[in-house]
Amino acid sequence: MSMPFYVSPEQVMNDKAQYARKGIARGRSLCALIYSGGILLAAENPSEVLHKISEIYDRIAFAGVGKYSEFDALRRAGVQFADVRGYQYSREDVDARSLANAYAQMMAHTFTNEMKPLEVEILVAEVGITTTEDQLFRITFDGVVLDEEHFSVLGGESDPIVERLKEGWQADLSLGDALRTARNALAGPDRTIEAATLEVAVLDRSNGRRAFRRLDGHQLVELLGE
Amino acid sequence: MAPADPVKPTGTDFVALLRSIGHDPFASAGPPPAERRGAEREVVHATTICALRFLDGVVMAGDRRATAGNFIAHRSMEKIYPADRHSGVAIAGAAGAAMEMVKLFQLQLEHYEKLEGTALSFEGKANTLAQMVRSNLPAAMQMGMVVVPLFAGFDLRRRKGRIFTYDFTGGRYEETDYQAEGSGGRDARTTIKLGWREGLDRTAAIELAIQALYEAADEDSATGGPDPIRGIYPMMATITADGFVEVPDVEVAERFAALIERKRSLAGSAEPTVPAPAVTTRGAKNK
Repeated sequence: MSMPFYVSPEQVMNDKAQYARKGIARGRSLCALIYSGGILLAAENPSEVLHKISEIYDRIAFAGVGKYSEFDALRRAGVQFADVRGYQYSREDVDARSLANAYAQMMAHTFTNEMKPLEVEILVAEVGITTTEDQLFRITFDGVVLDEEHFSVLGGESDPIVERLKEGWQADLSLGDALRTARNALAGPDRTIEAATLEVAVLDRSNGRRAFRRLDGHQLVELLGE
Repeated sequence: MAPADPVKPTGTDFVALLRSIGHDPFASAGPPPAERRGAEREVVHATTICALRFLDGVVMAGDRRATAGNFIAHRSMEKIYPADRHSGVAIAGAAGAAMEMVKLFQLQLEHYEKLEGTALSFEGKANTLAQMVRSNLPAAMQMGMVVVPLFAGFDLRRRKGRIFTYDFTGGRYEETDYQAEGSGGRDARTTIKLGWREGLDRTAAIELAIQALYEAADEDSATGGPDPIRGIYPMMATITADGFVEVPDVEVAERFAALIERKRSLAGSAEPTVPAPAVTTRGAKNK
């Protein structure tokens, strides 16, 4: 009887983590920030149809970076999770926290048990009745949930973006200011991002039952004041 | 929570998704025991609904009465629901089953829209509802829980209002101009038929729907008329390119008041008069 080679669990996990980080770092970053009217989500995305940001439920949005097929499967699972829960109980009983927990379980399970870890990082955002109830949960490839305040950044090269947002973010930003802050943070000092390559959506507190709303090219140009 | 498999039939089908987790919304308890037959007459029923096409889209209207046998079960029931932004669904038949069906239908449309990133075509929505009515067939056959919805809205691709009706076996029929369902449906339909013409504007269309419901309530005991004492009026909505918009209660109330005023003056009794002795009246009629 042949014995498999022994590899320490630590080594396996490190290798997997490194593999996942590499995959995620290949794509562009994404950021979300709380503004006076809700939550703004912005990503650099040349495609107009393959979305990184989507609607999950009335007040909940999803964003993902990394491998498209993987985070899109997570998005679909999230929509199913939310819709079933809303049907079984009530629409008010669907919240970002339980969804983020479900995602964390799923991603942690994949990370430990599957050969290949997920090469994604995702965000679950929920807009509350007031700004203080807004929630941002970032979930990493290994299923770690982070409850973020004010803003959140996903992607490989996130540290400089986080630094720029720390400088730029303040309470009660207007939508236009929030958008400019997000774009500048994503771009950095050396380049600018065209409105055409930005994918932006908001969870707008005043949008009725379904808070999620995409901002198209015209609206972006108008808001950016260009 | 398992990753959604886009290839599986549950891909975008919300009812299939519910079934996959062991919850069948259309599960039937089987036929009632023989001694309980006839119990269906006690089930709460929703009555008259109608929809008609006009220049900018469609008008949907429904009375507010729900009945259980010969009793009034509910006076302020809503029978018109938005299905999504550009369509609405009205219900007649067993109220419980109908409301559950509406809820599922709304969820199905939204579920699809979120998963696919685009809304279903108008035809697709109408077919989805047909499948739901069809799924309800066992309950309809065994327990008399017949649900007859009316689906109407603004087709964004064809740029016009469209109306679909269903029979309880899931048959789906597109109506060209108008339709009414429920116990007072026949009277409502006849009224609309007499007043309908191509190119009605919003005001005229609402007026016609109001007349239809008035006549239905006048002839059918299960259809509620305007109730100025409690301030309950039939529910109406318009669906145009701008979406589903409920007609404000105040506007409906005013139109009913005007209609009743017209009826009064036609009857020659604009001024309240002392009623003549009943015998005399009957005698006069028999002459």
